[in-house]
Amino acid sequence: MELKHKTPLLDELESGPWPSFVSDLKREAISRKTNEKGIDYQCPAEMPEDLLGVVELSYEHGRTHWKHGGIVGVFGYGGGVIGRYCDQPEMFPAVAHFHTIRINQPSGKYYTTEYLEQLMSLCERRGSGLTNMHGSTGDIVFLGSHTPQLEEIFWELTHNINQDLGGSGGNLRTPSACLGMSRCEYACIDTQALCHYMTNEYQDELHRPAFPYKFKFKFDGCPNCCVASIARSDLSFIGTWKDDIRIDAEAVKAYVGGELKSNAGAHASRDWGPFDIQKEVVDLCPGECMAWDGSKLAIDNSNCTRCMHCINTMPRALRIGQDTGLSMLVGAKAPILDGAQISSLLVPFIKAEEPYDEIKEVIENLWDWWMEEGKNRERIGELMKRQGFQKMLEVTGLKATAQHVKEPRSNPYVFWKEDEVPGGWKGDINEFRKYHQR
Amino acid sequence: MPIADEAAAKQIILETLQKKKGKTKFYLKDFYKFLPDEKLRDVKKLVNKMVTEELLEYWSSGSTTLIGLKGLGKQHAADGED
Repeated sequence: MELKHKTPLLDELESGPWPSFVSDLKREAISRKTNEKGIDYQCPAEMPEDLLGVVELSYEHGRTHWKHGGIVGVFGYGGGVIGRYCDQPEMFPAVAHFHTIRINQPSGKYYTTEYLEQLMSLCERRGSGLTNMHGSTGDIVFLGSHTPQLEEIFWELTHNINQDLGGSGGNLRTPSACLGMSRCEYACIDTQALCHYMTNEYQDELHRPAFPYKFKFKFDGCPNCCVASIARSDLSFIGTWKDDIRIDAEAVKAYVGGELKSNAGAHASRDWGPFDIQKEVVDLCPGECMAWDGSKLAIDNSNCTRCMHCINTMPRALRIGQDTGLSMLVGAKAPILDGAQISSLLVPFIKAEEPYDEIKEVIENLWDWWMEEGKNRERIGELMKRQGFQKMLEVTGLKATAQHVKEPRSNPYVFWKEDEVPGGWKGDINEFRKYHQR
Repeated sequence: MPIADEAAAKQIILETLQKKKGKTKFYLKDFYKFLPDEKLRDVKKLVNKMVTEELLEYWSSGSTTLIGLKGLGKQHAADGED
C-alpha cells in the first residue's frame, strides 16, 4: 500500500537483520489507513504517515524538525506530559502537535493481556497508536497525541485502567523495580512492594515539581542489578545480605563432577571443556575470599564484596545469606554534564520492612539538602561531587564507615572537624614541645 | 508549619513575576528567593497550589520544569525565542 510520503532513506533502516522501528511505523500507518477494526480515531489517522515523513526530512536535512517543551499537561500535574511540536506543520499537519505521555508501569512490569489490550486500545483511539515500552525513560510512553486528548487519556487511564501518569521534568521520575521475589531466588528484598510503596508515598514529588532537576529511584533485588540502578538512578536500592553465603557442599561436588551444569546451563552453544571451579570461580573472586581444596569449598565472608559471580555460576550450590536488606547508593547519572557517574555507597545495609521509616528518613534528608543547595539543573550526584561526600554524610546524619572508602588513602573525603578534635585546632605549643622536638 | 499569611505570599509571588522584564518562566528555586523566610517545601506547595488555581502555569521541556504567570510568554517551544 502506498503511503503519503516517500521515505527512501528510512527504508534503508529496514534492510538490516535487526527489527526496525520503520517497519513498525509503516505497519501502524497501514492499520490506521485501512481501519479494519473501525476505530473512532480522535487524533488524525495519518499520524504515523506524517511521522515517517518528518523523520525522513530530518534524515535528509541532518537536523531535527521537532520543537520540544510546552505548557501542555493535565490538571494538577506538573509532569507526565511533554509538549512536542513539529516545525513543519503545513507539510505534516497530523503531527503538528505530537505530545508525549509517560505512564507509570505496574511494579515489576507484570502485565495481563487484557491490560495491554486496554492500554493499546486507548493509545490507538486517542493517540497516534505508537508506544515506546520501557525505552530509555523506563516507563510506558504514548508517542504523540493532541492537546484536547490529554485530559481524556488521563481520565480513562485512571478510571478504566487504574494506572497513573509517570514522572517528567523536575520531579521524581517513574520508579522502577526488578521482578524480585516474585520470580527470582536471588532477591534479597521485595522490590515490587518497596517500589509500589515509594510510588504511593511520594505521589506529590512524582506529580508536582519539587526539585532542581530530575530524580530517579530504581530498586534491584540483588547485586546482579538487572535494573542497573547503580548506573541509572540518583538513588539506587540494591538488595544485599549481612550473614554468610549458604553452601550446599554436595551440590558443589555435583558441579565439579559435571552432574550439574554451571551457570544453569547458559553459554552452552560450544564446548568449554569440563567445569573448573578453581579457574572459573575461586580465581575470579574479587575479594579473593574463596578456597577450594579439591573436596571442600570455603568462603571467608568478611571479605566478600557481594559480586554474585560464584552464586550465578553455581546457583544450586551457593545461595544468598538469610539476613537480608538493602544498600542505598547515591548519584548515578548519564553523561550530559561532567561525564557519566556510577552511584556511590551511602548506606551499606538497611532493613527493608514496611513502613520503611529509616529508608524514608535518608531519602527526605537527601532531598532537603538538594532542594536547598542544588543549582538549577544540577543532579544530586553533581551536588555530591561539588560539596563532597562528607557533606552528604552530615546532612543524612550518617557516620563514615569503612565501606565508604574505596581504597585506603585513595579517596580521603572524610576529614576531622575542629569540634570533633579534643582541644580544637588551637593546641598549647609548650605542652606539645614537651614531647616533640623542633 | 505552612505559610502563615498565604494570601500575602501569593501576592508577593504575583507582583514579583509581574515586575520581571524579559523572562517569563522561572525555576522553582527562583520562587524560594521571592519568599526567603519560608520553608522550601512550603513554597513548593504554594507554587503548585497556585498552578491548580490557574494563577501560574508549568512549562516543561521534558527534563526541566519552569513556572510562570499563566498565559504569559511562549506557550510552546523554546522560551526566549522571538
